Amino acid sequence: MHFTSFLEEGRLTVALTGEIDHHCAKEYIRSIAAKIEAYTPDVCILDFQEVSFVDSSGIAVVINALRNMAQIEGKLLLTGLSPQPLRVFRASGIDKIVEIREAVS
Amino acid sequence: MKFDNYMILDFPSKSANEAFARSAVACFAAQLDPTLEELGDIRTAVSEAVTNCIVHAYPEKLGNITLRCRILKDNVLDIVVKDKGIGIPDIDQARRPSYTTGGADRSGMGFTIMESFMSDLEVTSAAGKGTTVHMRRRIQRRQ
Repeated sequence: MHFTSFLEEGRLTVALTGEIDHHCAKEYIRSIAAKIEAYTPDVCILDFQEVSFVDSSGIAVVINALRNMAQIEGKLLLTGLSPQPLRVFRASGIDKIVEIREAVS
Repeated sequence: MKFDNYMILDFPSKSANEAFARSAVACFAAQLDPTLEELGDIRTAVSEAVTNCIVHAYPEKLGNITLRCRILKDNVLDIVVKDKGIGIPDIDQARRPSYTTGGADRSGMGFTIMESFMSDLEVTSAAGKGTTVHMRRRIQRRQ
């Protein structure tokens, strides 16, 4: 698991990388929660541009980040999704509860 | 049943093997000339089935997972993921979206994804004896 994150004007961007499965999901969930707790951003952007694969463990990562942001009344956005992660998120209906953007400017 | 080719893998229920299993099946499936979308669907479904063995079949210990793939006539990829773990007490409940006995790091969407990404999915299980997930995906022939 490897990711970078940065905070700019109340917006926390977390850039995830590689393949997100059960093997690394727990670590991602814990690390994203720690970042959100530390920075209490208005908006958290999960950037999937460098993510080549997700399975249902990726859904758990998003749902947990959504809960973390709801607790501080913030908003969660997903961006940079390639076709495979997008198919998984659509099949699970997660695209109905989290906003997915092609790119966040 | 007639088949054109097959492969069988045995490996322990370590989470590092999730990536190995889905990549191995994707390499095997490549001979059917699938599209990237079909290949992505197959990798995802295999990842779900293998993760279920690791998380649910053998919750307290390592156990054996057997993965068998066959190429059947009409360009069908046939995949069996088998464990000898604790079994699923209620398969209908396990297949329900969002149902999970796992923790907060599980979404309960594994079976839903396998069902939506594969052409057929059959689950058989016996308490204390294990679970078998049998799935099939027809690969479209390209012009």
